[in-house]
Amino acid sequence: MVTEKPSVDQVWQWLGDVPDPEIPVISLVDLGIIRDVTWQGDVLEVTVTPTYSGCPATRIINLDIETALRDHGVEQIALKRQLSPAWTTDWLSDSGKAKLEAYGIAPPQTAGGPSKCPRCQSVAVEKISQFGSTPCKAQWRCTDCLEPFDYFKCI
Amino acid sequence: MSDLFQSLLRMGDNTLILGHRVSEWCGVAPVLEEDIALANTALDMIGQTQLWLGLAAEVEDKGRDADALAFRRDVWDFRNLLMVEQPNRDFGHTMMRQFLFDAWHWQMLDALKSSEHDQIAAIAEKSLKEVTYHLERSSDTVIALGDGTEESHARMQAALDRLWPYVGEMFLTDAHDLIDVSALRPAFDARVNDVLSISTLTHPQTDFTHKGGKTGARHTEHLGHMLAAMQFLPRAYPDAKW
Repeated sequence: MVTEKPSVDQVWQWLGDVPDPEIPVISLVDLGIIRDVTWQGDVLEVTVTPTYSGCPATRIINLDIETALRDHGVEQIALKRQLSPAWTTDWLSDSGKAKLEAYGIAPPQTAGGPSKCPRCQSVAVEKISQFGSTPCKAQWRCTDCLEPFDYFKCI
Repeated sequence: MSDLFQSLLRMGDNTLILGHRVSEWCGVAPVLEEDIALANTALDMIGQTQLWLGLAAEVEDKGRDADALAFRRDVWDFRNLLMVEQPNRDFGHTMMRQFLFDAWHWQMLDALKSSEHDQIAAIAEKSLKEVTYHLERSSDTVIALGDGTEESHARMQAALDRLWPYVGEMFLTDAHDLIDVSALRPAFDARVNDVLSISTLTHPQTDFTHKGGKTGARHTEHLGHMLAAMQFLPRAYPDAKW
């Protein structure tokens, strides 16, 4: 039972602990898809933007946000979908990018491809396919260590 | 029914029908990477469909939602271009169809992102990012196969010749279009001519145009067969949930 409304900062902190369902090393806040948190009277309004319009994780993400906030005692929650401005990988936090790389996913680069292999750090990399295991990733390979790896597409 | 409802159906039905067509490759594409790429492209288009048909349902205001519009309309109520309902045939034909559609779709969304209607502009802005990626990929594939082996070149030329009579409908405009689509033709032609020339493919000479898809006047026989597969489950089990 919450007698006092938690602050917006507190809520951001809680959401920073909710992992992305498909790339659990980064949080929803790292991913940059939580666009706003506000109190509208007694209702906590969380604005979320989809990464890709058809991403199947969107529904799970909404459920995870709601579950996390309920666990912290927030009872009235409204999730708002925001399409514009469209999500961009520029909103990935720096700590998120570092966590992706440590996990073996090359972070997005404005040049359009990974700067180096996330496993052996070699710059000798080549594209296998523009698409990968989730809508947000492409498949690349390192020609030194020969490992294929995921690259987080820059959009 | 308002014009806006019809206009939104045109957008959402294109992505729905092509999205479903492309998804038919799931599990049977020539190589794993292509299978994944096609499935991802289909997924983007189905996602865009949810946005367009969701807005169409809201505008119509008759208690229908995006699913009802997708699964409970019959052929004559669909407003997609004839090109997108054409069967996949071989991989080359699928990629040529994708390229011709992407080249039109990109121009359309680029124009719509400055629409005065906030929601239309937002959907266009979101979709344009995905379609930019689709167009890059379909252009690259048309070039690789067109300027490939004798066999792949012949198949791409055959696909282009077969699909070309469906290009004209993309630029036939009437009051139900969100914008004057005929104005998109020069930029489309420039893009297509570039890619075809690098692909070493010959631009078809005919201007003949099949029409009737976007107006709903006459779809090809293929749409009904596709809907039979696509709509079977929600029609047989109307309250099914998963």
